[in-house]
Amino acid sequence: MNQKKEKRYSLTRETFTRLMKNRLAMFGLFILCVLVITAIFADQIAPYSYDQMDLLNAYKAPCKGHIFGTDEFGRDIFSRVVYGSRISLKVGFIAVSIAVVAGGLLGAVAGYYGGWTDNLIMRAMDVIMSIPATLLAISIAAALGAGLTNLMIATGIASIPTYARIVRASVLGIKEQEFVEAARAVGTRDFTILCKHILPNCLAPIIVQATLGVAFAILTAAGLSFIGLGIEPPTPEWGAMLSNARSYIRDYSYMCLFPGLAIALTIFSLNVLGDGLRDALDPKLRQ
Amino acid sequence: MIKYILKRILYLIPVMLLVTLIVFFLMSITKGDPARIVVGESASLEEVEAMRESMGLNDPFFVRYLRYVRDLFLHGDLGTSYKSGLPVMKEIMSALPSTIKLSLAAIIIAILVGIPIGIISATKQYSFFDNFTMILGLIGISMPIFWLGLLLILLFSVRLGWFPPSGLTSFRHVILPAFALGTQSIAVFARMTRSSMLEVIRQDYIRTVRAKGQKESRITLDHVLRNALVPIVTVVGIQFGNLLGGAVLCETIFSINGVGRLMVDAIKQRDFPVVQGGVLFISLAFCLINLIIDIAYAFLDPKIKSQYK
Repeated sequence: MNQKKEKRYSLTRETFTRLMKNRLAMFGLFILCVLVITAIFADQIAPYSYDQMDLLNAYKAPCKGHIFGTDEFGRDIFSRVVYGSRISLKVGFIAVSIAVVAGGLLGAVAGYYGGWTDNLIMRAMDVIMSIPATLLAISIAAALGAGLTNLMIATGIASIPTYARIVRASVLGIKEQEFVEAARAVGTRDFTILCKHILPNCLAPIIVQATLGVAFAILTAAGLSFIGLGIEPPTPEWGAMLSNARSYIRDYSYMCLFPGLAIALTIFSLNVLGDGLRDALDPKLRQ
Repeated sequence: MIKYILKRILYLIPVMLLVTLIVFFLMSITKGDPARIVVGESASLEEVEAMRESMGLNDPFFVRYLRYVRDLFLHGDLGTSYKSGLPVMKEIMSALPSTIKLSLAAIIIAILVGIPIGIISATKQYSFFDNFTMILGLIGISMPIFWLGLLLILLFSVRLGWFPPSGLTSFRHVILPAFALGTQSIAVFARMTRSSMLEVIRQDYIRTVRAKGQKESRITLDHVLRNALVPIVTVVGIQFGNLLGGAVLCETIFSINGVGRLMVDAIKQRDFPVVQGGVLFISLAFCLINLIIDIAYAFLDPKIKSQYK
């Protein structure tokens, strides 16, 4: 009786129930939701436009009218941080999508076909991985030039090997199972087997890695902007704002607090959510 | 064992050749004509063309690549900087000591602080210390190094005046940047040490040792830590790679004349031979560290040693 009852829950629902019990992960999810809402409704939330200058009110410390203060052009820092969430989330999600699709495909093909295909793909991934990821992103961004699109491509490519490895490892474990053999026996095409039968079964590690990957992408993108390789002014990007605030650290130190806090909070929420998902999806912990 | 090490070193050669190929390709697709950068904006088209010819830029990609690799392997020559006209190798060599000093200091701080925290947390699981340090660890992992660096400068240089905000000339200079660079690693090591030790603590043989009446401190250090070291050493290796990437940001914040800052400045000036050389150097360092880590496994775990043939 009890067993029958448990079977009615889908894996997604079961995972979510377990995730709900993890308070830290729920906190992460909450912050992330707040961020997404901020990004969507930035026009409504921000009291000023992100590039509205007001030189009479420049260098204003946090006060009632400007809760995060204003920068050297009198632009409202709170509004810029709010608009900055759009850029960071966009970079994070698109870069990870690039990496998951490209890395996943490479890993799946390598794991499924094995032999020299596997060897070729995975040795290529080894070579890419022997350049530290941040450094690779910096080199790609340097080659492509500054700008939002290039930033996403650079960060995305730098994370491809991670996903290729994870997907390959999962595919190797799944392709030997009976249901795959059965699908092959009835003459299903390789591509269909991969997409319909194998990949859905290795989603769990991809989801966990992707959550942590968004954090890595946002951090790397902000770092690239910080050293002047990412988004160009006046677009409000958190890393670029910090880089700018650095010049005023002696006299207007509030300028370097809030953009950094926004980055740290975003990364923190993604990290705890990723950790929570890992625990929730772990078959060893599942009862 | 020696055969294994030799095999790994030989394997490094094709890897580094391919890394060179990737970096060389990336630098060759950048916008802007290197010849124009060398001769300057005011030079005539003929001068630019003559410079292109003398720099060998009109040759096909693979010819240029092979020439680069040949110079690198035969003469240790990484080309010439477009801006300063100095050999890239010389520029990197003069910047390298700062980067090595900074990364070593950061990893040492991380090991000395992170691993003991992890050990105490594991032996006192769910205690106040454990909960507190693990939350702190999560915050540490989430701190962007460039923000942490700014905060450290703000607090310890601008406000308190304890440490200088830039440069790397004395011991006091090293502390802030090394701490900024190492914080993430401290957190990673503490978390990894804790979880790895917790797995060992539950094993039967630990219960046996305890039943024999062994002192608790010796159980923790000799039996638990020793057997939990392999995953810890693995993350030390991984973190070293992240650290080398982070050093680029750290050197920029603290105005340290290391390889990372050299590269960032070179990117801004479109001085690509320097960027190329910097990436190659750091990647080689990364590969060598991974090799050392793999060799270290053999000394930590006899089971792994028997596989190294």
